[in-house]
Amino acid sequence: MQSAVDVKGQTTAVEAKRVQKRRGTWQLHVMLLPALIIVLIFQYVPMLGLVMAFQDYEPWLGFLHSPWVGLEHFKTMFEYEDARQVIWNTLVISTLKIIFNLGVPLAFALLLNEVYVMKFKRTVQTIVYLPHFLSWVILGGILIDMLSPEGGIVNRFLSVFGVEPIFFLGDNDWFRTVVVVTDVWKECGFNTIVFLAALTSINPSLYEAAIVDGANRWQQTIYITLPSMLPIIIVVGTLSLGNILNAGFDQILNLYNPLVYKTGDIIDTYVYRVGLLNGDFSYATAVGLFKSVISFILVVTGYRLAYKYANYKIF
Amino acid sequence: MHHHYQKSLSYKLFTVFNYTLLTIIAVLCLLPLIHILAVSFSGSAAATANLVGLWPVDFTLDAYEKTIGNENFLRSLWNSFLRVVLGTVISMGVMLCAAYPLSKSDDAFRGRKLYMWIFVFTMLFHGGLVPTYMVVTKLGLTDTIWALILPPAVSAFNLILLVNFFRTSVPKSLEEAALMDGANHFKIFWKIYLPISVPAIATISLFTMVFHWNSWFDGLIYMSDVKHYPLSTFLQTIIVQQDFTKMSVDAETLKNLSERTVKAAQIFIAALPMLIVYPFVQKFFVKGIVLGAEKE
Repeated sequence: MQSAVDVKGQTTAVEAKRVQKRRGTWQLHVMLLPALIIVLIFQYVPMLGLVMAFQDYEPWLGFLHSPWVGLEHFKTMFEYEDARQVIWNTLVISTLKIIFNLGVPLAFALLLNEVYVMKFKRTVQTIVYLPHFLSWVILGGILIDMLSPEGGIVNRFLSVFGVEPIFFLGDNDWFRTVVVVTDVWKECGFNTIVFLAALTSINPSLYEAAIVDGANRWQQTIYITLPSMLPIIIVVGTLSLGNILNAGFDQILNLYNPLVYKTGDIIDTYVYRVGLLNGDFSYATAVGLFKSVISFILVVTGYRLAYKYANYKIF
Repeated sequence: MHHHYQKSLSYKLFTVFNYTLLTIIAVLCLLPLIHILAVSFSGSAAATANLVGLWPVDFTLDAYEKTIGNENFLRSLWNSFLRVVLGTVISMGVMLCAAYPLSKSDDAFRGRKLYMWIFVFTMLFHGGLVPTYMVVTKLGLTDTIWALILPPAVSAFNLILLVNFFRTSVPKSLEEAALMDGANHFKIFWKIYLPISVPAIATISLFTMVFHWNSWFDGLIYMSDVKHYPLSTFLQTIIVQQDFTKMSVDAETLKNLSERTVKAAQIFIAALPMLIVYPFVQKFFVKGIVLGAEKE
């Protein structure tokens, strides 16, 4: 937009305002500089480092001189039995988490919405939000102790019913269940917040009309509450699509052990073990890149769907 | 607000069921913490014999004395404190400065869109663990606190929350009046935007503090010496990994550290700041989340 000059050669009032508005743009660039530098160094430079995935990276040769191997590491990945297992574990665990982290908080929000004693409602909310703020190190420490087969409190409780001690964190039949249940337990309260907010924004006259028509609370839920909640359910659901390859690094690393690698090892923990612990930089980077690319596609698809079906915009 | 359906028998039954269920859920969220608290105050023998439930057996402060007396524990506590303070101040400073220009209209700041995308793209795509690790290592940040503070300093998600807050809460007329009076952007940022945004700043500072207090993995990979571990990393190695190899400790300390009651005490001390801060800021973060969820 170049300056529009009127016939007398004077800038119009609107234009004066616009020039005023745009004054001192250099200051704005300066203000962005620190954040920009940090992001360039710690986010964008590592993206360049991804070339390692196509090399046999040798630390003493660096990116510039390490031999190129093309897609060899990616081929290896799909040939390795354990890599395929890891991808499968990731998909199973995260799919279960996505379903339950959507369904349970939604149900929980609906139940809380039926509580009219404000003090009770607020107390319950305060308590269930809490686990979100505790780290997986703390919760891992607590859970390892509680789920221990040698006198952990859960097994002691089960023994009352004559159940033999179960090694929850060391048993491949149990590990995924424990991971999903404890994750839902930790995040349920926090994920409820957004649904509760959506519930309060439903137009009360809809319910009044339904009551006049003789609808009971259950019918109101089915025909008014859930349809009104649909946009937010779609947003949360589609956005979580991008997380399908994030099965929970922090959680798994704090709960698992070699006994349950078969069902519990996920892409991120695998990359950590292979890459940083075994020093196989190139192969681990290739696995990581595979994950990043698929995640990228899913995140973008998720945003698109959220925008299309629920008019959601991130900024 | 009573409607006739609320008088029906089935709704009354549901209400009873609902309150019971919600109480059970709330209790389930607290039980693990209460149990670990009970273990930490119990006698070591009782804890080893699995006698502790939700109430301490043979009450003693022994575990806390051993924990507080442990040099490694205290040092990691100090490291964590330093990390939280420095990390939050730097992160908030940098992000607030960036949020101001990004909150301008496209008309007033032509580069806005491009900058915004540079930040948002970091939410969509990552270099991943190994390349990031190598950048931090190559910069010589290992074994310094900067390895824990600088890489996560700009969170695109929090930045967007701040930008949205600036856009919706600062009266544009106030800003234009200041511009007419000849104030520059630095002054407007400092005198108008920051004072108005105290609630948002409090919310996002809290998120950042919680993040720094709870982070442990970066400490594990970037610190080669246990002296530099933040508390979360220290706890992860001794409680979860049970790895004492990095600590050159005598048998007595080792025995102390691996005692069940001492572990419980350490877990509880690590959780304590969260438990204290949390109730006060609850109303803030609920607002923050909702602000992030519904825009425009």
